[in-house]
Amino acid sequence: MNLNKPINDKNNDINIYNIIDDNDSSTSNQSSKSNSKIKFLDSGIEYLQDVNLKGSFIVIEGPDASGRSTQIEKLTAKLEADGHAVVNAGLRRSALISEGIIEAKKNFTMGKRTMALYYAADIADQIENKIIPALKAGFVVLADRYIYTLIARSSARGLNKSWLYKLFSFAVEPDLVFYLDVDPYNLIHRVFQKNYSLDYYESGLDIGISNDIFDSFIKYQTMLRKEFEDIGTKYSLINVDGNKDIHTIYNQIQSKVDAFLN
Amino acid sequence: MVISNKKELDGNNDINKRKGFGSLIVVEGIDGSGKSTQIHLLNRWLRTQGYNVFFTEWNSSDYVKEVTSKGKKKALLTPTTFSLLHATDFADRYERNIYPLLRAGYVVLADRYIYTALARDIVRGCGKKWVENIYEYAIRPDIIFYYRVPIEIAVNRIISGRPKLKYYEAGMDLKLSKDEYESYRLFQQKIVNEYESMVKSENFTVIDGTRDIEDQQDVARKQVLEVLRAKGAIV
Repeated sequence: MNLNKPINDKNNDINIYNIIDDNDSSTSNQSSKSNSKIKFLDSGIEYLQDVNLKGSFIVIEGPDASGRSTQIEKLTAKLEADGHAVVNAGLRRSALISEGIIEAKKNFTMGKRTMALYYAADIADQIENKIIPALKAGFVVLADRYIYTLIARSSARGLNKSWLYKLFSFAVEPDLVFYLDVDPYNLIHRVFQKNYSLDYYESGLDIGISNDIFDSFIKYQTMLRKEFEDIGTKYSLINVDGNKDIHTIYNQIQSKVDAFLN
Repeated sequence: MVISNKKELDGNNDINKRKGFGSLIVVEGIDGSGKSTQIHLLNRWLRTQGYNVFFTEWNSSDYVKEVTSKGKKKALLTPTTFSLLHATDFADRYERNIYPLLRAGYVVLADRYIYTALARDIVRGCGKKWVENIYEYAIRPDIIFYYRVPIEIAVNRIISGRPKLKYYEAGMDLKLSKDEYESYRLFQQKIVNEYESMVKSENFTVIDGTRDIEDQQDVARKQVLEVLRAKGAIV
């Protein structure tokens, strides 16, 4: 049973959990937490207050090119090798909504409030249709970014923080959140190593910080870093020095995950 | 519950009292209440009078409606995602059209506004404070016409006009009844209850939807002229 189907596999995205039995022991060594009541970041989803979860929910946050995907790949492999069933989630991946966001972004005319809500709908869809079912079944859910990036991006764009926190109060609270903190000058080099060009939104060009795309990127990523500092005072994030090498970062993350799961 | 007029993104508290600001006129009510007929008449009348008018209706954003429609067809929407997609649709129309046009002095006519979301989402089980917060940024209308009709009249107008009710339209996701017409009735009643609870706090102008169309339109026009006069916007 391949539990890591590509997220875009629309036919299976919702039905995948129909075949999972709560007592299914073929996926041995499921994260051995006992049932515990669902926890949300705030008031949560009104009609899902009495749900019991068995799985573990881990989030890796950080800017573009911070090395998140690499860390998630390595972590997924390790967890599966240890016998855990892993499900991946992330931003803009809901089968229903992600295409709408992609189309909308092509136009570069979407308003800031609209984008915030569209992304909120996408993550809500994943939370209800993928993450919660997986956690109920005892899986380890590994998310490549979560609502924290959404809050940071929107707040950097001028949306009221209190409004954002209340908006995302429906989100399930993760067990562990790692934030890969990378110096913006370091970041820009990593981006260039991947693409030789800078992404419009990740450079904050839509905010009009600067006409110079390089300056804009540095300033915008610095703003995001500050936003994450703020977010860290409200929610518990584990700061990881993302400037270090892949291996050092991985060991730090892996050891904390290990400690948590056992 | 009072949703007070909150600050705009740019921090201007009394932005809609500024000189040259347009007028926001809204109709609310359940399907079959006759609200759409009335607002279409207002639209035509205001245009012939020479006003700059913009008409917008619920669930019509080009960038969102297809996603919403797909979600509805496949019954994939939860109360939360249903709420958020409609909120996204509204936000797009608001940021793209409603707000800029109001700034330019237009008369903006909205067939349904935030009160539709408040009524429906809460009936579906979303937290009231959560939904209120989502729409907190939106400018409050100058006038909200609420078309009040007995449930049976409104329901019959819809059912005799169209043979089949859609899943979410009938509130089937709420499991009120296996029969979609019974479900629809019960669903609309719940929505009416939410609307009625907002009449005082949101200052709805209640219109008797059982009166003649012309009488209703007369009342609405008089009220609209008063709003425009108060703004010094009479053409």
